[in-house]
Amino acid sequence: MTDRRVQAPFGRRAVEVAACRREGAYVVLQCHDPDGPRPVAGQFYMLTAGQRWGGGEDERPFLPRAFSVMRAPADGDRLDFMLEDVGPGTRRLGELGPEDALLLVGPLGNGFAPPRQGRRPLLVGGGVGIAPLAILQDQLATPDGTEPISALLGFRDAQHAMGAGLLADSVVATDDGSYGHHGLITDLLIRELDRDDHVEVYACGPPPMLEAVRALCAERGVPGQLALESGMACGFGACFGCVVPTRSGYVRICVDGPVVNAAELDTALAPGGGH
Amino acid sequence: MSVDFCGIELAHPVINASGTFDAIAAERAFGQGLLSNFPFAAFVSKTVTLNARQGNPPPRLWELAGGLINSIGLPNKGLQGYLEHDLPQLARLPVPLIVNVMGFSRDEVAALVEAFEARDEVAALELNVSCPNVETGLLIGADPDELAGLMARVRPLTSKPLIVKLTPNASDVPAVARAAQDGGADAVSLINTLRGMALHPRSGDPWLGGVTGGVSGPAVRAVALAQVHALASVLRIPIIGMGGVQSGHQAADLIRAGATLVGVGTESFRDPAAGLRISAELAESSVSTGL
Repeated sequence: MTDRRVQAPFGRRAVEVAACRREGAYVVLQCHDPDGPRPVAGQFYMLTAGQRWGGGEDERPFLPRAFSVMRAPADGDRLDFMLEDVGPGTRRLGELGPEDALLLVGPLGNGFAPPRQGRRPLLVGGGVGIAPLAILQDQLATPDGTEPISALLGFRDAQHAMGAGLLADSVVATDDGSYGHHGLITDLLIRELDRDDHVEVYACGPPPMLEAVRALCAERGVPGQLALESGMACGFGACFGCVVPTRSGYVRICVDGPVVNAAELDTALAPGGGH
Repeated sequence: MSVDFCGIELAHPVINASGTFDAIAAERAFGQGLLSNFPFAAFVSKTVTLNARQGNPPPRLWELAGGLINSIGLPNKGLQGYLEHDLPQLARLPVPLIVNVMGFSRDEVAALVEAFEARDEVAALELNVSCPNVETGLLIGADPDELAGLMARVRPLTSKPLIVKLTPNASDVPAVARAAQDGGADAVSLINTLRGMALHPRSGDPWLGGVTGGVSGPAVRAVALAQVHALASVLRIPIIGMGGVQSGHQAADLIRAGATLVGVGTESFRDPAAGLRISAELAESSVSTGL
């Protein structure tokens, strides 16, 4: 896959938190980044709280945490990230408030490419993995906004499904049926592909969902771009900790991803998450 | 505060620890900003082996209090791949290049040393001896006789400075360091990572794909200081001290304990420009402490 990246300023910079608000089960963390470039959808940042990074559960966090950028309006300096409290790093970041210091490195990694000629983009997200699809929807939108970019979004339950409000034109499925379609997001994807398979699938979410999407794309001969996730220490290719197996061997998803072509993977079910 | 290290003129005493910074990947991420503000006075490349290696299966990382455990497994393109793809790019860096090599037999190390002896782009070689000699089964860096045998084989093959990267996973590190010096090493570097392990929080199975890994970060800083201090009184050759350095003050501590250069490793994961900050802080503290 050819590089789709905006390069980051070298080093870690301190920025100011603009807001930190709850969105159902999630937290949206907004900051001002006056010295950074505008990212490409699918790129990510390494985030560290300016104070009290460490001293949580097991005296962690120690390393920065990687987050796909969720929104970066072209005019202005705002960056939005979407977090879910799953450990000491996300917990500390979720406690930040206006004017608190946030340390960031980014934008990093390889983002989404535009759809191939003649194909309509179809976004498929699960849980906190919907984040990069929000900025992708912004960046793919036609200038007059006449052609909506549809998104299929899956969540655990209704409280998590409130995150769907962060995107436009979404159809929602929940595991427990408390909101939208009762079942898997791939049920909705199959329905869409049956209707019109001249699409290019853009997906991000938990590994079992990504694997189901990858397998469907392969079966239907539909191109797919998957944004992968892995625990990572550095985010810029130094630690070699975030590798995933591809058809050409292990690749570091921080520099050769996080967005990879679905056709390059035999499985999206690789181990390597954080703890 | 320029430093003469084995005849190589360095702008300051801060370099990277091998395997903790990939200048080629970093240039993709940061572009010209990396090259015009290169964070280290010399660049030590990741370990090169004779044959290409994929590295260990993931997961490869475990975060812990004040550091992490890594089980990466030395992925690299092998000697030919390095010479063809990496060396031309690394030769363009604005600082001297030190190549770290590892072999599983004396013949393998000899082949690597001979190949790099022929390359003017390479300023010095670092021998990673944290691996077994497959012919004897002994961990090269834990056994003074084993290391002496290796040095006898490879020292005559190069006139470039030869640095031996010592492992802390040895019962008598000073004895191994003396074997390096007696065998003709120009310098030693230490500490490499300490062997460690983590279990999956729910299943209780080993978390890391490689089962065990190496502990690094501030958690090992006191060990590094003690080992550098122990070697300073028994060696005549210079020491590159490393292990958990996060500030200029901590770099100055290693220099006070006997190091000539200081390696920064895990802190670069948290801030890619950490080397710049640490060398600037070290320069300030040198003025105030008369180092």
